[in-house]
Amino acid sequence: MFENFAYADLPQDDEDLRPLVRQIAADAVVDLPMDQRARSWSGFDAAFSRKLGEAGLLGLTIPEQYGGGGRGPFARFVVVEELLAAGAPVAAHWIADRQSAPLILNFGTEEQRQFYIPRICRGEALFCIGMSEPGSGSDLASVTTKAERTKKGWRLNGQKIWTTNSLHSDYMIALVRTSGGAEDRHKGLSQLIVDLKLPGITIKPISDLTGDAHFAEVFFDDVDLSADALIGEEGAGWKQVVAELAFERSGPERIYSSIILLDSWIAHLREAGRSDDTTLSLVGEFMARLATLRGMSVACTALLAAGESPVVEASIIKDLGTSFEQDLPAAIANDLASHPDESANPELYRTLQYVSHIAPSFSLRGGTREILRGIIARGLGLR
Amino acid sequence: MDRRELLDPFAGMLASCCAPADIRRIEAGGTHLEMWEAIESSGFLQALVPESQGGIGLRMASVAPLFMALGGNAVPLPVAETMIARSLLSTAGIGTISGSIALACQNGAGSTFVPYGRVCDHVLIDDGSALQLFDVRQLERQYTNVPGSVDAWLNLPKSGEALRIIRPGSGISHLGALVSAAAISGAADRLLDMTTTYANERVQFGKPIGRQQALQQQLAVMAEDVIAVRLAAELACQNSFLPSEIPAATAKIIASNAAVRIANTAHAVFGAIGISAEHDLQLFTRRLHNWRQAFGSEQYWQIRLGAKRLKSELRSIDWVRNTYEC
Repeated sequence: MFENFAYADLPQDDEDLRPLVRQIAADAVVDLPMDQRARSWSGFDAAFSRKLGEAGLLGLTIPEQYGGGGRGPFARFVVVEELLAAGAPVAAHWIADRQSAPLILNFGTEEQRQFYIPRICRGEALFCIGMSEPGSGSDLASVTTKAERTKKGWRLNGQKIWTTNSLHSDYMIALVRTSGGAEDRHKGLSQLIVDLKLPGITIKPISDLTGDAHFAEVFFDDVDLSADALIGEEGAGWKQVVAELAFERSGPERIYSSIILLDSWIAHLREAGRSDDTTLSLVGEFMARLATLRGMSVACTALLAAGESPVVEASIIKDLGTSFEQDLPAAIANDLASHPDESANPELYRTLQYVSHIAPSFSLRGGTREILRGIIARGLGLR
Repeated sequence: MDRRELLDPFAGMLASCCAPADIRRIEAGGTHLEMWEAIESSGFLQALVPESQGGIGLRMASVAPLFMALGGNAVPLPVAETMIARSLLSTAGIGTISGSIALACQNGAGSTFVPYGRVCDHVLIDDGSALQLFDVRQLERQYTNVPGSVDAWLNLPKSGEALRIIRPGSGISHLGALVSAAAISGAADRLLDMTTTYANERVQFGKPIGRQQALQQQLAVMAEDVIAVRLAAELACQNSFLPSEIPAATAKIIASNAAVRIANTAHAVFGAIGISAEHDLQLFTRRLHNWRQAFGSEQYWQIRLGAKRLKSELRSIDWVRNTYEC
């Protein structure tokens, strides 16, 4: 089954990007302790993102005419891999580069493309995604935030929640209801680009259990949007969101969330000179899983590069990848606490605590485990 | 070469000579000569032998789908092992040996466990310092007496009677591991197919059991395992003619780890009927357990892989990229 989901090579042309991005990433993290590097996904550094933009490392999958790299998903794979391997702060451009720019390219008008995409590629237009709502959870079809037609465009009312980085973003791409009610499910949903500086918008940060505050609640109170806020087709929001999620779920970021912890732990093992079978077995298991997941992610990238929309394959990678990301802190905590005689490294300890505490989010963000397995079951012809 | 161009005739050949009835006959102790004759005359056993030695000279990556097809058809003979043995022998300047050749690693002074030891004609043994080829008819064989098993223990003579060739750098255990991993991959793929088909047909409580969400989630996990095993096996077959130890170890770790889960989920979905000897399910699930153990379980290879990893100061991602040449 899934015969096209097969081994693929990273093209040498794209591998050639590695030294440049590696250097820029290394410069960005040189002063960051491990527990800050472990926050790579949520590390917000707009200046770093602009630097990547200047170096031509954002918007790699975007045609050159819109300021992009004119390359493909493999080039982006290499850049993302290097950024995460170093623990560089990617949050500022993360969503715009991965999802918003391809979405606008695929579904936007020519005016929207020319207005937004070149700025995304320069790291100057930062996006967040407004999908979840209070009570909606994974059931996105139940969103109730509403946009009604006005003479000039749209009037937006409602609330989004768990929108990562909305506090620091310039725009939100919001999934909203433009007709019908919650009973209409997928019908009547549309995507709108919302300028977060408009009057009527209130953003309240939500602190998380690690002491960070990347999530926020976003309230829309009679927010007036111009007609060109609509992206794509009115009522086709669901279809667009599903296509978008293949970009979100397939990349190396679904494997590497705990990679800084893994490398810190391995460095500790080398320092401690530990080489008993239990330790070696755990290291070997993790390396085998890492190598295989990486191979799967490259294979999925090849499907994206071939113009396919590997929704099921991306779900397979994300579910396996987040399991790996979550198993790492649990096993490493067990390992370290089984060796109280080894001298404690405070930085490793803090890194472990951070990753252990945030790890439950890995299988929530971008689609829960149960939803992904439902998609895979559909791919198997069971639904 | 297009994957199917090679695979289709091979799969067709297996379909005609290795039906479930043929497998059961051989497992019950009946003759395997017809099946072997069909495989031998197909020419595929020369796949990995260099063209200069009269072979087909294919790369490992091209042959990997054939190895998987062997698992997917539960072929009860050491076909992939013979392909590898022939290539090792031809590299050592030894012409074609007719008959099947099993692979094994000598463990200590006692008898050596040989996968397919009951049905092979020869065995190529890695004794840690050289590879020795024995004619099995001249060896004392001890059958496992496990119903359906084609494996055996062989008592090897001390020395002198075998053909000896130079042992490749890391021996042959990882080659056996890779072959087993590929076989697990093929059988797992087949089991996923059988199991999802059954889930869509079998009606309970008025609807196909595949409509039940609890079962869908189990089958989704099974699919994840199946795909991961396949990608790991493909990855291990990429970089050279005879794969190196680390990617082969990786394939075996992923495959052996998944084998029990896959077998269990298949049996869980089929219910009691899958346990019966008459049902074909057991032709595949029994083998998953055998192949998991053959040439080292997941734990054995994890320890070896972990030791290699800890010798390197590279970041994990860089180590994977460098070591796997991908």
